[in-house]
Amino acid sequence: MLDPLTGQGGFELIVDSVSKSYGARRVLRDVTARAGAGQVLVIAGPNGSGKSTLIKIVARLIRPTNGRVLWKLDGRALTAADVRRAIGMVSPDLTFYDELSAIENLRFFAQVRGLSATPEFVKSLLDRFGLRGRSGDLVGAYSSGMKQRLKFAFALMHNPPLLLLDEPTANLDERGIALVYDTIAQARLCKCVVIATNEPEEVRLGDVIIQLGA
Amino acid sequence: MSSSNWAREALAVLAKDIRSEYRTRYAFSAVLLFAVTALAVVSFSVSPYSLDADVQAAFLWIVLFFSAMTGLSRSFVREEESRTAMSLRLTTAPEAVYMGKLLFNIALQAAVAAVVVPLFLVLMDIAPTHPGLLAWATILGTLALASSSTIIAAIVSRANAKGAIFAVLAFPVTLPGLSSAIRATTAALRGEAGSGLGLVAGVAGPAGAAGDLRSLAAYTVLMIASSLLLFDFVWDD
Repeated sequence: MLDPLTGQGGFELIVDSVSKSYGARRVLRDVTARAGAGQVLVIAGPNGSGKSTLIKIVARLIRPTNGRVLWKLDGRALTAADVRRAIGMVSPDLTFYDELSAIENLRFFAQVRGLSATPEFVKSLLDRFGLRGRSGDLVGAYSSGMKQRLKFAFALMHNPPLLLLDEPTANLDERGIALVYDTIAQARLCKCVVIATNEPEEVRLGDVIIQLGA
Repeated sequence: MSSSNWAREALAVLAKDIRSEYRTRYAFSAVLLFAVTALAVVSFSVSPYSLDADVQAAFLWIVLFFSAMTGLSRSFVREEESRTAMSLRLTTAPEAVYMGKLLFNIALQAAVAAVVVPLFLVLMDIAPTHPGLLAWATILGTLALASSSTIIAAIVSRANAKGAIFAVLAFPVTLPGLSSAIRATTAALRGEAGSGLGLVAGVAGPAGAAGDLRSLAAYTVLMIASSLLLFDFVWDD
């Protein structure tokens, strides 16, 4: 079983000739890339170019029509369960339970991830992303920026070796954006970070860039 | 994944669903409203004494069946519609999601049956000849309905035309379990001489009902086993 705390250094992500079609509409065509721990892979392109589709394929949320994605640790291909443990994801499509508080949401996801779901652990996560004062509020009452911060707490709670960020600064104010860039800077020291974006500032963070067409 | 991880994840999903349901009454209100309304309408418009035991049993299971179809499908549909399914897919093993949802649906259907069956007996003025057999038929029928509707709900939640697919799938999948439950309930209500079921000590009833209870148990085991095998394909893209 993958131990995310120790298994970061040898992590490698390989996107091998990935294509995706929805019926007759081809969204991705033969996309190939490789990135490892300590690298940022940027998926850039205009709206509708397939950035979110590709990052979901990397997250194993959807299957490619052709090609494959490999997640490797020290040269060993990871199982589906290991991939789940290896991934932390922030996405506009990611939603939490509105009827539960931020603490209850994070405790639930910590429990299913097999983490210690103590109140101290969850509060420290929320504190890190500036949500401590509103930790007991129902998520349904959160603003879109607060929900985005909560997504980062969700994505990083298990210290994953692969961090997938789809439009990471969406809905955030200046302080939130600075927090995200600081998080990316820390993450790239030891993790493989994948960012799907069309923000020029975020594209410049990439060590490897996949440029998708319209 | 080890069995302890699996069980821990499934119980976490169950606890989360119970907490969500307690806060929103999303499924329970709809199910209970349907069940009580249906029971009240029929009992007030039809003289209970004019109905045979088999019609009474069929009526009880029609109410429980449509209650299940009304509420139990929501467990998955809601995850898809509110887009929380993505966070579950990212964090939780598919088998644990299925088992957590199954346990929640069993709890919900059991709660509905606990209200509906006594209400049915009172409103229809029925004193079951074999109350033990009625209890077993209700318990096993509840498990059968919950197990079949959980996997149907998972399939339906991924479809665009949810209503049409639900009706098409639910009828053939639930029919074997439903017909066994109706036969066992008919035997429990009908005043036939008890001959001992041989299934559970102290439960008396017509001998034929034992086969129906065994069929219900076998149907439930088969549904859960096949659902666990299928669920990966249903849950993943």
